[in-house]
Amino acid sequence: MSTSNRKERPTNDRKTIGQIMDENGVGRRRFLKYCAGITALMAMPPGMTAAFAQQLRAARRPTIIYMPFQECTGCLESLTRSFAPSLESLMFETVSLDYNHTLQAAAGDAAEAARHEAMEEAWGEYILICDGSIPTKMDGIYGASAGHSFVDQLHEAAEGAAAIVAVGVCASFGGVGAAYPNPTGAVGVSEIIKNKPIINVPGCPPIPEVMTGTLVSFLASGVPDLDNHLRPKAFFGNTIHDRCYRRRFYDTGLFAESFDDEGARNGWCLYKLGCRGPTTYNACATIKWNGGTSWPVESGHGCLGCSEPNFWDQGGFYEPVTSKLFNDTGQIAGAAAAGVAVGAAAALAANRRKKKLSGQAEKETSS
Amino acid sequence: MTLLEFSRGTMLHIALIVFVFGVLWRLVTTFMLGWRKRKSEWRTSAADSAVKGAIAVGNRSWPHPEFLNRTAFGEAVGYGYHIGLFAIVLLGAPHVVFWKNLFGINAAWWPTIPSGIISVVSVVTIFLLLIATIRRYMHPPLRRISNFDDWFTLVILFALMITGVMAVFGIGGRYELILAAHIIAFNVLLIWFPFSKLMHAFYILPARFFIGYTHAKKGAST
Repeated sequence: MSTSNRKERPTNDRKTIGQIMDENGVGRRRFLKYCAGITALMAMPPGMTAAFAQQLRAARRPTIIYMPFQECTGCLESLTRSFAPSLESLMFETVSLDYNHTLQAAAGDAAEAARHEAMEEAWGEYILICDGSIPTKMDGIYGASAGHSFVDQLHEAAEGAAAIVAVGVCASFGGVGAAYPNPTGAVGVSEIIKNKPIINVPGCPPIPEVMTGTLVSFLASGVPDLDNHLRPKAFFGNTIHDRCYRRRFYDTGLFAESFDDEGARNGWCLYKLGCRGPTTYNACATIKWNGGTSWPVESGHGCLGCSEPNFWDQGGFYEPVTSKLFNDTGQIAGAAAAGVAVGAAAALAANRRKKKLSGQAEKETSS
Repeated sequence: MTLLEFSRGTMLHIALIVFVFGVLWRLVTTFMLGWRKRKSEWRTSAADSAVKGAIAVGNRSWPHPEFLNRTAFGEAVGYGYHIGLFAIVLLGAPHVVFWKNLFGINAAWWPTIPSGIISVVSVVTIFLLLIATIRRYMHPPLRRISNFDDWFTLVILFALMITGVMAVFGIGGRYELILAAHIIAFNVLLIWFPFSKLMHAFYILPARFFIGYTHAKKGAST
């Protein structure tokens, strides 16, 4: 695809987000409240809220190309399902989701044509959302759609994107698809695309509010501050452990030893039951799930660490974060046997030498 | 592979192989060297000598009254950081779950100490270790008998203790990197252990026993 055949989008389709909000009856107060929530989540100073809201209102309705690769649709389920219509969901509906083959009615060639048309119209400006890992082994033959491998489709779609948002741990780091032994050579988007701004929003699935918050933040002020895994620091800046309401039980040494003991019933720390909170950066403990109803640890299960690279290969889910990551004990037993054998041989050699030396000494004394 | 995965996986595996091999090599060699041939008659029975050997383990673990004034400080510091290290390693919750996982045991009876107390003990232990290090450097005879073995062991111990405290207090960087550094320091300690004076952990009690035992057999008091 090139920029030469780019079409201009009709003016009435390039409304600002403010105009769309007005049309949907979202009042100024409600919009400001939403922006205050986002800026607070992103640790911006309160004084920034008005400017943030102004920038967001002025932003053009963005075109989104949503490319699913090696995925399970869980991330999309997370994004589209909310128990009550919220401003977050409205924000998601506000964007022009021009291609998503799970949600759209079109299929086959018509769907691909729609995608190409949308990309041409917004070439260089659209946001590319990727969902799922990308298989790379054998020239990417393990994943293909419309006659093209996922690798090729990603390269093509990324070329005209203003930025790429990798949704879910699979698109971010390879996720389940990349779990050992990774038969398809699955990787995250950032392993393939190197020349575009990439924002990773990992999770299995990611929190909907984190997703919309990241998009809104991008629309208002560009790529947010990212950590070393390209995750927005605003949502992935703290560990689950640091923000966990059960942290006080960790500090006082009160742990659940099994899922049905007194500790579990009392809501004590789940560290010993394999909770990955200490090494997992995510916003579950603060934003929670299902409209702030609960989150895994509050429901009695330890964190799985699903927003971290290689979370699938960090030992058993019920083993602690410091557990060993190898199962082979045969080599250690072999080392023990070898240690005993070498030690015995060394002692026998030393004793033989000692005997020989003392025999010589006795001979010299008697002579 | 992340640094934490490497430290908990490949490196820990190699470190354990080296540790088990090295420790058994040295212990088996030492214990198979046997007794020196004695031509004089034994003065005490084997059973009585064994009792005196056991008494010597206790006696020699306590400062001799005659030298108490000169050795009390060093002994107190030494005991202090050893007790601190044992408390942290054997009773700190993250360490207990590590050992249980490593040995594949459930051991629900294994107690843990609240992390607040462990944090205080850790800081005190680092402080005591620092005093012991300064004393080793400032005390002429101690300095003279110290070599690379002693100093390198102290470097590993400081790295281990400081990264542990940093992980607990969440300072100095991202938790998973500090934790990885902590586990790497532990792995280095495991690899270094069999070839260093750290082997005193295995030798010290049997050595005291055998000294008491042989002295008793010869008819000498300890």
